[in-house]
Amino acid sequence: MANSSIVLRESRYHHIKAMLARLRLDSSARLVVLVDKDGQQIAVHGELGDLDTTSLASLAAGNVAATGGMAKLIGENEFPTLSHEGEKESIHICVIGRVLLLVVFDDRSSLGLVKLRSKQISHEIAKTFAEIEEESTATAGALPFAGITDDEIDSLFSPA
Amino acid sequence: MTFINYASREINCKIVYYGPGLCGKTTNLQFIYDSTAPQAKGKLISLATEADRTLFFDFMPLELGTVRGFKTRFHLYTVPGQVFYEASRKLILKGVDGVVFVADSQEERMDANIESLYNLEENLRTYGYELSKLPYVLQLNKRDLPNVIPYQELTGELQRKGEPVIEAVASTGSGVFDTLKAVAKQVLTELRKS
Repeated sequence: MANSSIVLRESRYHHIKAMLARLRLDSSARLVVLVDKDGQQIAVHGELGDLDTTSLASLAAGNVAATGGMAKLIGENEFPTLSHEGEKESIHICVIGRVLLLVVFDDRSSLGLVKLRSKQISHEIAKTFAEIEEESTATAGALPFAGITDDEIDSLFSPA
Repeated sequence: MTFINYASREINCKIVYYGPGLCGKTTNLQFIYDSTAPQAKGKLISLATEADRTLFFDFMPLELGTVRGFKTRFHLYTVPGQVFYEASRKLILKGVDGVVFVADSQEERMDANIESLYNLEENLRTYGYELSKLPYVLQLNKRDLPNVIPYQELTGELQRKGEPVIEAVASTGSGVFDTLKAVAKQVLTELRKS
């Protein structure tokens, strides 16, 4: 396959969660989500309530992909940030390499503050993901699924 | 692109349903959604036009079960089939782990099937994928209609690499889960190789 898998180890996951928590606090945001550009949710921190973050991640990736397509049509490589302002709730999305940093905020914060704080943390996220990608490539053969059997795969499709 | 999260012990894979307009891609997803227990699925998101045609994509997350202590989650997407949505159709293929090509078995849709399959191969290539190396299933849909092309003839035209071919009537659910299983198995088998 053209893209290698992302393998997220526990220590990395906790580091990412800590970064998201810091961003949420610094930007007075309601919720911060890190999403892969293909639409997979990587980590989330904040007031989730009954928010469907899986759908949010998929739609955010679709949104970035669509605006990225528009950017190319007008001669830009991509639009690195996207903002959607609602009456009460707003969303700011920052494209950082192959991941998207999505911040949901309300009137406790402002777009300017969210943009500033997102930009400040984006270098750290980019560095962390570069390291995760290196680790993912290096450990591909050592994944627990390397020895997965046909029976184990078949068992997923057997009636319980 | 598979995403493996050791902290939440999850494997996430992306499967895309591709095919010409009105071939039944959304109907496949709708049937899977309607037939799956609430705890195994998320919401079915449909970005559709007012006339209920797919505008950008349909999406639903589906959990199949646990293997080696990891939950297996499949993110199922459809593309818009209509020819003029080419730009958005291509975007959905990014990071795909497995593809289902839903062919419309009706005689008058043969050209549309061939055009869409060619378009799939082209679009995959722009991301550096080769259909020959990707988990892939051919579904022959609408087998209940009176004007369908015989199985052998349709397979002869559309089968690319000895991939599993499933006859289906997505509106009643016939063949829908067989198709999903066939592609999901290949995706998991691919994980073993990676």
